Amino acid sequence: MSKNAPDPAIAAAPGQGPAAMRPAAAGLRLAALVLLLLAALWAFSGQASAYGLTLAALACLNITLAVSMQLTNGLTGLFSLGHPAFMMVGAYVAAVLGYPVARKSTMLFALPEPFVSWQMPFVLSVISAAVIVGLIAFLIGIIVLRLKGHYLAVATLGLIVIVQGLAINWQGLTRGGSGLSGIPRLTNIWWCAGLMMLVLLIVWRIKFSSLGRAMMATRENQLAAECIGVRTARVKLIAFVLGAIIAGVVGAFMAHLITVVTPRSYGIVLAFNLVAMVVLGGTGSIIGAVLAALVITLLGESLKPLEESMGLYGLSQMIVALMLVLVLRFRPAGLFGSGEPRWITRLFRPEMKQ
Amino acid sequence: MSQYLFQQIVNGLSLGSLYALIAIGFSMIYGIVRLINFAHGDLVMIGAFASLAMVQMGMPWPLVALLVLVVGACAGMTIETVIFRPMRSATQVTGFIATLAVSVLIQNGALLLLSGQQRSFQFPAVMRQRVEIGGVSASLTDLTIIVMAVVLIAALLFVVYRTRLGTAMRATSENLLAAQLMGVPVNRTILAAFAIGSGLAAIAGLMWGGKFGQIHPLMGLAPGLKAFIACVIGGVGSIGGALLGGYLLGMAEVLFVGLLPPEYASYRDSFVFLLLIVILLVKPSGLFMRHVEERA
Repeated sequence: MSKNAPDPAIAAAPGQGPAAMRPAAAGLRLAALVLLLLAALWAFSGQASAYGLTLAALACLNITLAVSMQLTNGLTGLFSLGHPAFMMVGAYVAAVLGYPVARKSTMLFALPEPFVSWQMPFVLSVISAAVIVGLIAFLIGIIVLRLKGHYLAVATLGLIVIVQGLAINWQGLTRGGSGLSGIPRLTNIWWCAGLMMLVLLIVWRIKFSSLGRAMMATRENQLAAECIGVRTARVKLIAFVLGAIIAGVVGAFMAHLITVVTPRSYGIVLAFNLVAMVVLGGTGSIIGAVLAALVITLLGESLKPLEESMGLYGLSQMIVALMLVLVLRFRPAGLFGSGEPRWITRLFRPEMKQ
Repeated sequence: MSQYLFQQIVNGLSLGSLYALIAIGFSMIYGIVRLINFAHGDLVMIGAFASLAMVQMGMPWPLVALLVLVVGACAGMTIETVIFRPMRSATQVTGFIATLAVSVLIQNGALLLLSGQQRSFQFPAVMRQRVEIGGVSASLTDLTIIVMAVVLIAALLFVVYRTRLGTAMRATSENLLAAQLMGVPVNRTILAAFAIGSGLAAIAGLMWGGKFGQIHPLMGLAPGLKAFIACVIGGVGSIGGALLGGYLLGMAEVLFVGLLPPEYASYRDSFVFLLLIVILLVKPSGLFMRHVEERA
């Protein structure tokens, strides 16, 4: 995309292009891509080690997170750092509900009765986590979204601290600072990849819908957006709650993937890394977020042996921070700006061909 | 007055002194370049470790206290020249993300160089004595912190309100462009604000280490966030607001822990952030500011 061209996402209104959308073709291409991905995954899972599979699952979850952050922060321009807080809530809800019954009765003495003698199935506990996180995000969003810019950032940072405080102190439900361990490992690469694809699809569809355009209009100029009839307060709330729900679901998956949740699992460092993913990829670019999340995850993992053997803890985090500073300094729009790489949009948005 | 209550008040004053010292620098920087400097807290950490290094080299404490001001000032000026100055025209949020990145850079650099271990940081044994004042006693450490903070704050107020540099700073914070057109050397003034603010944060780091006895590469996070909250309480960008906000926050925090039943004590940080969110929503301009740009 040339620099001066208007953002296709904003410029292209439905049914306005010379050729109307051909949904069937786009759907076919999408199905082909999904199949291709699944096949690649199947080939990969056949020979990867257990570590490799877990790493791939983590990468999928990180991509999901980055994309959901892109929805809230990138598309809508809400500078929220609250994702780790919502992940933590989701992780704890799913972990507590899905905890083995034998341990529940001795460890989680504050849990109400029907849940103590019932180990909720995985899917149900994930849905419960999503619902609870969604409700909390809705209530908090109504209050907090009145703040702007970095004030919203610090207030949502506060959310992380508040949730951490709750997790540490609500002993009867969270086992305090030592956290919950021995959560059954019910997810794997397939679940995580599935979640990633689902979220990618949802966010992609939102971005190129009227809701997405309302979000971007809100980001660019709230006053102007209101003047043309966008209900910015509602749009912001939708973006915030949706992002939070995705974060909560990822948290629930994480809990069931790495089998441990502690109050320190999801903190400010994670919030920073998510911001880095959004900014490096380009504020509002879904593919950019995917690539940045992949790079940052792989970078962290590949430097781990070096960090551990030479005692260089913090090296990978420094590199991420340095990359972020350099990008902000020399290419503040990030990798792709707010758009998507052309070949992707071509693949799925036939009407965008010029 | 009971010993317990007196102890709480002294404790609150000394904690508030630290918050106020850190918040002042934070507020000066915000006032002049409208930048929420998330890395400000890490200068507290730099100050603490620099003090520890100097003490271990055998320097006397008064010299350490002077030098740590210089170390902090140099660190602040370096950050400003290398990272923030080239980005001055960027949006507020971009600037904030950059300060976040700088903070992560400093923290992890410190982890890399110093390892993640807690280190013990002890004032000389004399400081652990308790002083009797009219039947109640307070620790010498707390009293020293309170007195030193008052001296530093007085010096700062003198600089800001009675010198040319201070006039330039106030003019720049009032309107950067107008100040520039009136011949104020804006870049140098901003650099000075970073130097003074960071120096104060660094010496606060020395006192922080002495008060809590332990220092750590990630210790800057809490003071940085608390300083921000103190600024919000008082009104971001005003020095007086930062001062009052700092003392108020210190007092509130200590009284929260001291007067409520002990099982609530560990909710301290959650309480402080709840306070922040409430103030941002109810009185976003801060308790002591009359008018201020829009932030909510």
